[in-house]
Amino acid sequence: MRQGSPYPPPRPPYPDVVVVGSGIIGAACAEALTRRGVRVTVLDRAPLASGTTAHGEGNLLVSDKPPGPELDLALASSARWPRLLAELGEELGEELGTGLAERCEYETKGGLVVALGEAGARALAGFTAAQRAAGVTAREVGPHDVHAYEPHLAPGVRAAVHYPQDAQVQPVAAAAALLDAVRRRGGILRAGVRALGVERGPGGRVTALRTSAGTLPCGAVVNACGPWAGRFAGEAGAPLPVQPRRGLVLVTAPLPPGTVRHKVYDADYVGAVGSGDADLRTSTVVEATRGGTVLIGSSRERSGFEERFRVAVLRELARKATALFPVLGHVPVIRAYGGFRPYTPDHLPVIGPDPRLPGLWHATGHEGAGIGLAPATGELLAQLYAGEPPCLDPEPYRVARPGLAAEEARCSA
Amino acid sequence: MFRVTVDGAERWARTGQTAAAVLLAAGRASWRTTRGGRPRGIFCGIGVCHDCLVVVNGVPDVRACWRVVEAGDRIETQEGARLPCLPPETGAGTTPGAAREVTVPVVVVGAGPAGLAAALAAAGAGARVTLVDDGERPGGQFLRQAADGPARGAAVRAVQEHPRIAWLPGSTVWALEPGGGPPSGTQDRTDAGWTVHVLQGPADAPGRTAHTLRTAALVLCTGAYDRALPFPGWDLPGVVTAGAAQALAKGQRTAIGRRVVVSGTGPFLLPVASSLLTVGARVLGVYEAGSPAAWLRTPVAALRDGHAKLPELLTYAARLARHRVPYRTRQAVVAAHGRDRVEAVTVARLTPEWQISPGSERRIEDVDAVCVGYGFTPQLELALAAGCALRDNTWVAVGARQQTSVPGVYAAGEPTGIGGAALAAAEGELAGLAAAHWAEHRGDAAGWAPADVVARGPAARRRVLAGRRFARLLAAAHPVRDGWHTWLGEDTLVCRCEEVPYGVLRTAVGERGPDASDGLAADGMCTFKLTTRVGLGPCQGRICARNAAGLCGPGTLPDPQTADRRPIAQPVRLADLAAPGPEPRATTALDPTALDPGAPDPAAPYREDPT
Ligand SMILES: Cc1cc2nc3c(=O)[nH]c(=O)nc-3n(C[C@H](O)[C@H](O)[C@H](O)COP(=O)(O)OP(=O)(O)OC[C@H]3O[C@@H](n4cnc5c(N)ncnc54)[C@H](O)[C@@H]3O)c2cc1C
Ligand SMILES: Cc1cc2nc3c(=O)[nH]c(=O)nc-3n(C[C@H](O)[C@H](O)[C@H](O)COP(=O)(O)OP(=O)(O)OC[C@H]3O[C@@H](n4cnc5c(N)ncnc54)[C@H](O)[C@@H]3O)c2cc1C
Ligand code: FES
Repeated sequence: MRQGSPYPPPRPPYPDVVVVGSGIIGAACAEALTRRGVRVTVLDRAPLASGTTAHGEGNLLVSDKPPGPELDLALASSARWPRLLAELGEELGEELGTGLAERCEYETKGGLVVALGEAGARALAGFTAAQRAAGVTAREVGPHDVHAYEPHLAPGVRAAVHYPQDAQVQPVAAAAALLDAVRRRGGILRAGVRALGVERGPGGRVTALRTSAGTLPCGAVVNACGPWAGRFAGEAGAPLPVQPRRGLVLVTAPLPPGTVRHKVYDADYVGAVGSGDADLRTSTVVEATRGGTVLIGSSRERSGFEERFRVAVLRELARKATALFPVLGHVPVIRAYGGFRPYTPDHLPVIGPDPRLPGLWHATGHEGAGIGLAPATGELLAQLYAGEPPCLDPEPYRVARPGLAAEEARCSA
Repeated sequence: MFRVTVDGAERWARTGQTAAAVLLAAGRASWRTTRGGRPRGIFCGIGVCHDCLVVVNGVPDVRACWRVVEAGDRIETQEGARLPCLPPETGAGTTPGAAREVTVPVVVVGAGPAGLAAALAAAGAGARVTLVDDGERPGGQFLRQAADGPARGAAVRAVQEHPRIAWLPGSTVWALEPGGGPPSGTQDRTDAGWTVHVLQGPADAPGRTAHTLRTAALVLCTGAYDRALPFPGWDLPGVVTAGAAQALAKGQRTAIGRRVVVSGTGPFLLPVASSLLTVGARVLGVYEAGSPAAWLRTPVAALRDGHAKLPELLTYAARLARHRVPYRTRQAVVAAHGRDRVEAVTVARLTPEWQISPGSERRIEDVDAVCVGYGFTPQLELALAAGCALRDNTWVAVGARQQTSVPGVYAAGEPTGIGGAALAAAEGELAGLAAAHWAEHRGDAAGWAPADVVARGPAARRRVLAGRRFARLLAAAHPVRDGWHTWLGEDTLVCRCEEVPYGVLRTAVGERGPDASDGLAADGMCTFKLTTRVGLGPCQGRICARNAAGLCGPGTLPDPQTADRRPIAQPVRLADLAAPGPEPRATTALDPTALDPGAPDPAAPYREDPT
């Protein structure tokens, strides 16, 4: 319970921790904290889980990550997701709990990375070798066997790799399940309340959160504002270089089951993920949803919080998807949607306390992998908060790392 | 006449006939099954609901109500979701040619009464205009042309003959982008114009011709579609919207059934029943859920502002009386019965709140079609894609010149408020004048003289104001009351596409507790949709979003802007989307001085139309 925590709680009825942001990350932090008996309030200025979490896809991928701290977090999360859903199901009890994983559309369908060109095939071979060394299961699939995995894949595939660990979840349903657990444990959820900044006590510690609905005394504040985390951090007096990186997804009309069986993507995905180019980057990920529609994602551009779409981006996605799956060429797209990934200059999330402002914590900057990284993020934050030994080395994600410093200086200037 | 096949059997078809009309003529009430196995046929009749999907020439997901057939077309039933059957060698290689690019001062989207008036007014003011509509012939709903008859209506003929109007028939605007318009000579970000993406050709066919229109001013006249309230059996084939029956009667000279019941609220039920009679249907009754005489309580206002509409309505009423069609108020069809299609209905008397008066239900047997209309829902996709602000979260907000909140974008007709064809035309005229003016003078503050525009259009403006007063009277006389919620059973579908029944919706809301203010009840439409799948199907919530919102209690749902935000306004086949687009263009002129058209005289009147 809370004995390990070095932070004295404020007097009831005030919360120990206010989590700002009810996206998948805020929800995962609140879940992990309440599991430890911490009294939590979750605030969101908008309807719950309606930010980036409701505007992306639910891939839980290890396949797209090179060895490094992000892959470590992804592997820990990928092991954690099914256990977490099972635990929450048990907690809910017989009647409501059974089938929680099913309701969250959790599915270990596996990823298939495909190289259509020679260069991609070479890059992929080197990439998977390094991943295997880091503990990823990656099985090469010969060009002749690939159609057994995906019957509608284009002919002429040069190389393909199957990643059985890749899974998927419905992000909004998953966030709702986590938030439901928080509420059942006595946590408070408040939508339509905006965090405006923090109040500081004598030692400079956070003593309260200033909100659009008044000041809320609390022991600590977790900034889980997703792409808006930079703005809130600034208002709190501890600037953080988190920015939006926009992504668009195409949705097709419902197709027969089995048309697309895995998460299929072309090998140049790897290139776009690791880049900070403002220029448009697209790399196609094609996957089917439970409803039969196929999602084609996604692009990456830095265009601020611009809501309006560029048709050139949609064209690029369509081009790459039809190159992978020619049969999709005559299938209608019924919708396009998009969101803003929260990204940091070094493409790593920020998880942990802010040394500049005691009592302020961050859990943000997960860019295009927040759904996949959520459970380990929540766990790590809660362990650090409770003074437990962390499941992962927290160093690479700390606020005061060199990868953030330069940009921070620029932001605050 | 030419031949097509329906599930392998040869049928004759007429020029301009839709696949739906061919199928109805072949005696089919349904030609698709949902993924859940339910039979479906025509419902909205105008391309909105996606119920009528059919396979044409091996390509599934074609809207039968929109697709005009051609000689030799193979029409087949669509069961569940289907993949296109393509010869194996086609696919990635069949990408269509590059888009045709046109730069034009004014683009008008929609050729209903509003769009026709807008195009003529703008062209009359000297601007070149491109008029785009997804119909084969201009006219929209009110002026819907018979597929193979002569042009009806002066405006319909005029737009096709006007030298400055380019008419693009059978053309769908599927996306809009800010920027890329003709240079304005200024550096102002707000007048970089618009890029309008159009596909022209047989509805939902792959490989349609792409046009990219670059324009300074945009007039959105996209109309509206019927609102249908759900009731048990409303998804049986044979139950259609009032507009569907009207569109079939006017456009295809096809009666939706032989023994038809009309139900709903609003004056639109009268022309629908009247058209049904014209094409030979027997109308068993018109059931008006409200009490329509309410507007006669202010007869002076009604006569002053409704002089355009009242005589028309009286003509319809007279025809109904001649045919001895019962017209009953405060009654409605509250259930439809049948196995694979509608065979009977239950009609009930309604309380003032629209609950069923106990014991008042009675069955009408031997019914083969039911037409329902509970007002109209505006088509907002393009306005929202352009970033236009809404009024009451429902309508495009416009000023005295029909200008929206976005400079250079104008709206007229039903998207700004439901008021009928005459009001739509008056609004269109104002919008067309203002758009032409903007295209000429944009970016030049001195040239921007609203009074100048209104000076040309005071008469139109007066008609707009009178039309809106009358529309308010009618709207007040025909409100939709919440009592309809009590008509539904647990298994009544609310979302027809994803087959989400009322019970599932109720549980979703109930679990969260509609009054648990801290609960997920505070969720917006977005979250709700993703957890229940309401509105995620092919119609994208066009039919169900408003009803689902109504059912979930006040305040819980939705943000209509989220529900209506559909940046891809019409489905596009992936290969067409993948087709090479035009090069992106700088949005502002590089050298403003070189392109300066010269300061226009702010007081200059519109150039006279030389024709
Ligand atoms: C197109 C696209 C595809 C994606 N695909 C995947 C994928 O396949 N797999 C994957 O793992 N990830 C994917 N992502 C990324 C993933 O969606 C994000 O990393 C994740 O949702 C971030 O969650 P979050 O909780 O940090 O942010 P959010 O979900 O944005 O939550 C932040 C919340 O904070 C609230 N907030 C902000 N400021 C304030 C304030 N001042 N006061 C109160 N509340 C505030 C917001 O309203 C919001 O609800 C994708 C993203 C996009 C855009
Ligand atoms: C099915 C139906 C039938 C109706 N019949 C009658 C009637 O008989 N009598 C009556 O008084 N009222 C009728 N109405 C009411 C009608 O809406 C108005 O009377 C009048 O037609 C409104 O004029 P408008 O110009 O605003 O819109 P409309 O006449 O609806 O014209 C809008 C046009 O824009 C086109 N359009 C929309 N979006 C796009 C796009 N993205 N790309 C290309 N084109 C687009 C539509 O296809 C349509 O042709 C009907 C309504 C409906 C829905
Ligand atoms: S009936 Fe064809 S789309 Fe509605």
